[in-house]
Amino acid sequence: MQDRNHLLQHTIPQLLRWRVNETGDKVALREKDFGRWNSYTWNHYYDAVRKTGLGLKEIGFGKGDKVAIISDNIPETLYVAIGAQAVGGFSSAIYQTSLPEEIGDIINYLDVKVVFCNDQEQVDKVAEVREKIPQVRKLIYEDPRGMRSYQSDDWFLFIEDLYALGEQLHADNPELFESLVDEGQPDDVCHFCLTSGTTGLPKGAMLTHRNYINMGLQLTEVDPLEETDEYLSFLPFAWIGEQMNSFGVAMATGIAVNFPESVETSMEDLKEIGPHFMFGAPRIYETIRSQIWLKIDESYLLNKLIYKYFMKIGEEAAGYRMSGHSMPIKLRLLAWLGKQVIYRPLVNQIGFLRLRRAYTGGAALGPELFTFYQAIGVNLKQIYGQTEIVGIAYMHRDGDIRPDTVGKPLPRTECRISEEGEILSRSDSVTPGYYNLPEKTEELLQGGWLHSGDAGYIDEDGHLVVIDRISDVMHTEAGDMFSPMFLENRLKFSPYIKEAVIFGDQQEYVSALINVDPIVVGKWAEDKGLSFSTFMELSGLPEVAELIQGAVKEINDNAEKNHFRIRRFALLYKLLDMDDGELTKTGKIRRKFVQEKYRDIYEALYDRQVSEKAVEAFYQYQDGQTTTVETTIKFYTMEN
Amino acid sequence: MKHLIVSDVTLTFGGLDALTEVDITIEPGIITSIIGPNGAGKTSVLNCISGFYHPSQGTIYYGERNLTHASPHQVSTIGIARAFQNLELFSGLSVLDNLLLARHQHLKYSIFDALVYFGKASRQEAENRSYVEKVIDFMELEPYRKSLVGNLSYGIQKRVEVARALTLDPELLLLDEPMAGMNIEEKEDIVRFIFDLKKEWGITIVLVEHDLGVVMDISDQIYVLDFGVVIGSGKPADVASDPKVIEAYIGEE
Repeated sequence: MQDRNHLLQHTIPQLLRWRVNETGDKVALREKDFGRWNSYTWNHYYDAVRKTGLGLKEIGFGKGDKVAIISDNIPETLYVAIGAQAVGGFSSAIYQTSLPEEIGDIINYLDVKVVFCNDQEQVDKVAEVREKIPQVRKLIYEDPRGMRSYQSDDWFLFIEDLYALGEQLHADNPELFESLVDEGQPDDVCHFCLTSGTTGLPKGAMLTHRNYINMGLQLTEVDPLEETDEYLSFLPFAWIGEQMNSFGVAMATGIAVNFPESVETSMEDLKEIGPHFMFGAPRIYETIRSQIWLKIDESYLLNKLIYKYFMKIGEEAAGYRMSGHSMPIKLRLLAWLGKQVIYRPLVNQIGFLRLRRAYTGGAALGPELFTFYQAIGVNLKQIYGQTEIVGIAYMHRDGDIRPDTVGKPLPRTECRISEEGEILSRSDSVTPGYYNLPEKTEELLQGGWLHSGDAGYIDEDGHLVVIDRISDVMHTEAGDMFSPMFLENRLKFSPYIKEAVIFGDQQEYVSALINVDPIVVGKWAEDKGLSFSTFMELSGLPEVAELIQGAVKEINDNAEKNHFRIRRFALLYKLLDMDDGELTKTGKIRRKFVQEKYRDIYEALYDRQVSEKAVEAFYQYQDGQTTTVETTIKFYTMEN
Repeated sequence: MKHLIVSDVTLTFGGLDALTEVDITIEPGIITSIIGPNGAGKTSVLNCISGFYHPSQGTIYYGERNLTHASPHQVSTIGIARAFQNLELFSGLSVLDNLLLARHQHLKYSIFDALVYFGKASRQEAENRSYVEKVIDFMELEPYRKSLVGNLSYGIQKRVEVARALTLDPELLLLDEPMAGMNIEEKEDIVRFIFDLKKEWGITIVLVEHDLGVVMDISDQIYVLDFGVVIGSGKPADVASDPKVIEAYIGEE
């Protein structure tokens, strides 16, 4: 492979220009609109960035100013972000699911000058807190639908009008944009990435051009991609997991970024694009597997038998593949046959046929999921990293995949375990710090190492093993240490359990509050002829409790230490939800909040006398209406 | 912009008067609602406008055009489309096929063109598809494009029904209980679509609906029918305080 280190000398806009010179007519972006995939070349991409950047300049956005993006994934997000960076500003992105108040707070924290929204839904939210954000000069929108009532107000600006301003400026001063792009330095900060933060306001990690490009280069040093490869952009742009791909990997390798038609169609669009690499939270892989299982279950007997037979073969072959050993000849033959008969058609159905590698990160993924995907020929690997190191710093290597570890550091990434057991990293991708939070920055970068806040160790093969957040590790009454996340993941590895919350800090034993998986358990109950209409009823079925009891027993039987055993559990009558504040935006459990909210349930878990309790379930519907339902929740005590 | 004027229309089935001397003027560019208790004749008015029934007395004009005795397919070619209360969709076809099929009257190529699928045929089919895609985008049906209509939830099917009417590129849209059987969230969606149709596409809307809350919120003009007679009309606030209307809905004190 040719030496690509010179790319590190560019800023993102400069690298974009370099790509234009190299392969200007190659497709860089593709967007599905009105049922058609429209392709845009690197030339088009650069032109769009130029008119956006200059347009921003015309409305008074300049060096050191910040733009906030609240948008679904569309090419315009990249135009606005890179356009702002090109004229010396910074980009940042806010989750589309954020509430108006949160948006206002973030905009004030980052001192945002210009906001970009894709549609009326987002515009409405920003307009709601307009009074609180006087420094915002303009709100740019992409989709004019429903914007009539705002048209008379020049605070709102249609993106086409922004383009027109930019084109005019370019016509008047054709050298201007190039000179602005030239001014950028690779070590300049270009984007503020908000860290999800399980408590309080998010922190804005400042990331430089080099941070992103280095990450893209080092990742593809290990797992190379071709320039003609495809990537589907379906993760929220506010998450580092999306930026690292569309800024880092795409710029470093020149692959095409595809934008789905809408959030709801992304899985369909995935099939049409057939990406060569993808990254996602474990949830996506869990969902896809559940769908495959359901479809197979509904299929003909012959299909089922073939699937069952070859999955066994595939799993056996996966064991060899993951450990990098060579297979016996008979197994290799059978695995080849399985690939032709079932795996290939199957992965084609989910759009993974061309996939070179799939990465999972953000949380742990069940070991049997790795085996499952490896068995059907999808090279699924675990990654590990933080926003502060541009997402990926550790990764499994091909032929060395172990579900219990997060792999080895990327090239030019150093790893060290501190005396307290904290994972420390150092590389060109480490952030220079948090925006306007010098104390937090100092804590983060003490001694020149990035402090992850995660406890972990390096095993004898050089693999990094992550235990839990240092601050999350709990102790029982007797002082025995355990990691709630570790136990929650054990529970969630059961296909019947969607979500679990472990308690037990300063208590006699460990207990769990469990959400059953509505789809898998729902199907299971239907097959058993059990009737239910709501999630609440499903969770309340005694048969379901027995099923979960079985799953918990299995985990308890395999517990490494006695105090890891889950003594009591309850099945919660509602799914934990982001909108109710029970999960963070990235889907992590806010344990303390859940404990407070369900305090009576928590207390009953530690009162062995209680076997059931009447509770009032409080619901808030999406339209804001609320209702309270009376229900009883049962508590189950495990035998041993 | 054309007015739709229903004047002095009486519709009888045998000895039963479904409508008696009904006068309704639909002004262009606004939302006009027709309300009334069950059996008041709301749907009969729509049936007369769209040519399913022909009144025994009176006239219906759309601009200069006399619709009194026009047949449904004639009405649909002059820019009046209708979304039915009971879904008139092919449940075994995909959403896309349903919508493409609804536009068949816009296809002017011959069977020979169709056989070679060249020139006029392919060009028209492409135009057809692009128009249908515009409607799909507007009604936010992208996730269901290739799903069979019969497999979709009722709320989505209703949306497809409205979309089917929209593919005819209407100036005036007759909506017969578009929100019946929907939950609050689905109703909110439909209301937004109706509003956007009026504002973004400039389509005149005639709405027959039972949900009075929605009707009062979004209508510009309301006609109240009771036993086939118009008993009140005007702005929502006027209608809501009209004693005759209150009596028809709630009964006498």
